[in-house]
Amino acid sequence: MAESLLSLNPKKRKDLPLEYSTEEGDLKIVGFWVFLAAELVLFGTLFGSYLVLQSHTAGGPSAHELFKIGPVMIETVVLLVSSFTCGLSTLELRRHNVKGLIGWLVVTVLLGLVFIGFEGNEFFTYAAHEGATLQTSAFLSGFFILLGTHGAHVSLGIVWIAGILIQLARRGITPVTARKAFIVGLYWHFLDVVWIFIFTAVYLTGWVM
Amino acid sequence: MQENENQPIRQEHAGFPWKQVIGLLLSLALTFLALWIAVGLSLPVNVTIAIIVALAIFQAFIQLFMFMHVTEGTEPVHQLISILFGIYVAFAVVAGTIWILYAQMG
Repeated sequence: MAESLLSLNPKKRKDLPLEYSTEEGDLKIVGFWVFLAAELVLFGTLFGSYLVLQSHTAGGPSAHELFKIGPVMIETVVLLVSSFTCGLSTLELRRHNVKGLIGWLVVTVLLGLVFIGFEGNEFFTYAAHEGATLQTSAFLSGFFILLGTHGAHVSLGIVWIAGILIQLARRGITPVTARKAFIVGLYWHFLDVVWIFIFTAVYLTGWVM
Repeated sequence: MQENENQPIRQEHAGFPWKQVIGLLLSLALTFLALWIAVGLSLPVNVTIAIIVALAIFQAFIQLFMFMHVTEGTEPVHQLISILFGIYVAFAVVAGTIWILYAQMG
């Protein structure tokens, strides 16, 4: 009775997609959501410090002078589209179509690499041509730590998806590989959510201020 | 048996991926709307920031529901409580930091 009160819209395991078909898979997916909640708090602390330090430019370049609309919009659109292709890979997983799943995951990884390339180039431009490094000001320390943490997560995601791709190519879609492919998808969408807030709190706010 | 069990799943996900395409189009529209409001319009700074933050939150919920299937599982209430608690703590950290270290010190 108490259990049914806590269950919001519960379903039987056999009515759910393959990744939920074992108790282990089900628990690991819930566990990954708990991890994502903790990641949310980690990024929350970095956003909090960045927003407070934003105005402390210490004679260095300000957000308004530094950020260029073009590269930032390319990064944003690339990451949004990669989240979409990752969503399509989950859909192909649900259709038990291993070729479609691998194909969309490969597209997602390639878009992730394009994103990292543009972000690396952006950091390099700031540091080498604008004299804006991690040590220049509190604003730039906050900026590079927040963006760098996100970029490191995306880089890890690329390596992670590449590993899952090898397993999918070798073993096909099983309850275990289905769970892994679904969880790496959750991770990738989460990074897109973080980027939405970076785009808003760092870049858009920088242009407005 | 295996075939029969997989059949309804395939049918449920057959056809054009409307949910994903709508999610992408909404995300792109909200992103460029926020850019236009921040750069194209010259509203007061406070109003601009309130609007773009609201748009970002809306877009995050699109990701959560259309791509991440947050309400899925045998007992989705567990992950919903986790995520809501995560959002609450992250919000408290950000809002509290700005309130104490930014707004108070001017």
